[in-house]
Amino acid sequence: MFELTEDQKAIVEMVSDFAAENIAPHAAAWDRDHRFPVDVLAQAGELGMGGIYVREDFGGSGMSRLDAALIFEELSKADPTIAAYISIHNMVVWMIDKFGNEEQRAAWVPQLCTMEMLGSYCLTEPGAGSDAAALSTRAVLDGDHYVLNGTKQFISGAGASGMYLVMARTADTGGAGITAFIVPGESAGLSFGALEAKMGWNAQPTRQVVMENVRVPVGNRLGDEGTGFGIAMKGLNGGRVNIGACSVGGGQAALDKSIAYLKEREAFGAPLIGQQALLFAIADMETELEIARTMIWRAADALERGTADTVRLCAMAKLVATDAGFNAANTALQLHGGYGYLSEYGIEKIVRDLRVHQILEGSNEIMRLIIGRLAVEK
Amino acid sequence: MKIAVLIKQVPDTAEERILDPGSGRVDREASDPVIDEITERALELALTVKDRDKSTEVVVVSMGPADTIKSIRKALSMGADSGIHVLDDALAGADLVATARMLAAALRDTGADLVIAGNESTDGRAGMLPAMVAEHLSLPLLGSLVSAEIGSDSVSGRRVNESGTQEVVATYPALITVTERFPEARFPNFKGILGAKRKPVETLSATDLSGETMAASTVLDVSKRPARTAGATITDDGNAAAELVDFLASRRLI
Repeated sequence: MFELTEDQKAIVEMVSDFAAENIAPHAAAWDRDHRFPVDVLAQAGELGMGGIYVREDFGGSGMSRLDAALIFEELSKADPTIAAYISIHNMVVWMIDKFGNEEQRAAWVPQLCTMEMLGSYCLTEPGAGSDAAALSTRAVLDGDHYVLNGTKQFISGAGASGMYLVMARTADTGGAGITAFIVPGESAGLSFGALEAKMGWNAQPTRQVVMENVRVPVGNRLGDEGTGFGIAMKGLNGGRVNIGACSVGGGQAALDKSIAYLKEREAFGAPLIGQQALLFAIADMETELEIARTMIWRAADALERGTADTVRLCAMAKLVATDAGFNAANTALQLHGGYGYLSEYGIEKIVRDLRVHQILEGSNEIMRLIIGRLAVEK
Repeated sequence: MKIAVLIKQVPDTAEERILDPGSGRVDREASDPVIDEITERALELALTVKDRDKSTEVVVVSMGPADTIKSIRKALSMGADSGIHVLDDALAGADLVATARMLAAALRDTGADLVIAGNESTDGRAGMLPAMVAEHLSLPLLGSLVSAEIGSDSVSGRRVNESGTQEVVATYPALITVTERFPEARFPNFKGILGAKRKPVETLSATDLSGETMAASTVLDVSKRPARTAGATITDDGNAAAELVDFLASRRLI
């Protein structure tokens, strides 16, 4: 049940080689210089990472959710920021592949799968985060177009993306009045806020997306009016598993660095790994990451099979994995002592990058809300 | 056009490689097996021909123990069309002469227009095998190329040695060997990885190839590399640069 297939092992090996060669050596510089490496993303796209669990007829890789989780963990060992960006992009492509009609799939999926075009997910607004159903961006039908007005907040890839998947209000009926739209990046009236200065995730741009009378053809409406919130949430189920896998990868990298450091670093006349208190810290990191990985795999399996408890398991996986990843990174920093606080050792970056995973794709408080409500409703 | 590429599975150069002192053979358990990096570049060259002309057929040929199939599968995932695995317990410990005979026999039936090999491997490093194979097959050998142009009926390339540069050309069928000056191999993509197991791999035994398995040479002794000793120190009393140049020149490093 938990044994990877030969194909999965080969996939992990390839992604590991790719990340070690093309991502890891540059991660620190991209973080420092706030560089978004679209060229490397295109290379990842060529290898099939742009549409991992997207159907093959328009260029997807047609792989499973578990395959995706394995891939994101591996990418994140090299750089959580890049891994997380690719995970968000995959969520967007999957939403178009899953909920789009044939014309929409043909028009958008191929170039998104190769990552020649990048996609951004636009749900959160300045005044609507956890309470996403309260969003206020409005779409009004005008002939054969919708006219969109509103502002989206914390949008990954904004300004660099070629398409924006925007959730907008078409009726004042709460979550049931939300509709999803494919907004082309070159649309008139579409503009972007300043680059946000952030604690981590510096290798991907985060900006506001501002829509002022943006006219979008009716043909760019994804699904029927009023189905947008459901589409957004279904996308997020997978997004939660993927971001959890990114946390496990980052945490695992921090753990691996810690083990190497404690073996090498001597204090009080012997390598630090001989100190039982520190060995126990390693044991806790190892255990928590394995628990998280197990939960991620289980949630990925539920997504793949579309089981009734998918929402619950995805929320649990996200909660457990993003906490385990951050805690492992933070412990790793402590184990490295003063060196952990220096950028050169690569630990403080993992801490900064993984911190936001506990907030986005639904904060971990919202995960508890979902899990708790489902528990008491049973 | 049909191109055969000789690939070799070797111990990972990034890890410690160990010889078994008893048999003098490589300890294959001691490190992860990988495709020799120069033969991987040979495959990359063949695949670039296929990129340009989809009708090109690339077959990879390797001799080695059972787990050599991993390297053959990887080559297939990168884009080769089929594989030939020369596998026979009787071939364990085969030397250059026996290996060249077997590989030549395996290549003979492929009908390849062009055979591409690495100029030497990262483990054995004799650098002789391609020439021996070419001799068995009566093929012209363009060895140790630093660049190659693969045309529709001939291959040309450049070879650099201490005395100058040679431009060489041969009409097909021919055998060329590449050096590490060739571009690095591509990563296999997901489609390639998932499709590799559907590609054919033919396993040939020594009997299939009606070849003599006996090695013509025997390893008499294996000794460990001596521990590194301190190097010579040049103290600069005004002509350190000249001494350094003499030192390098005496070892033919400049």
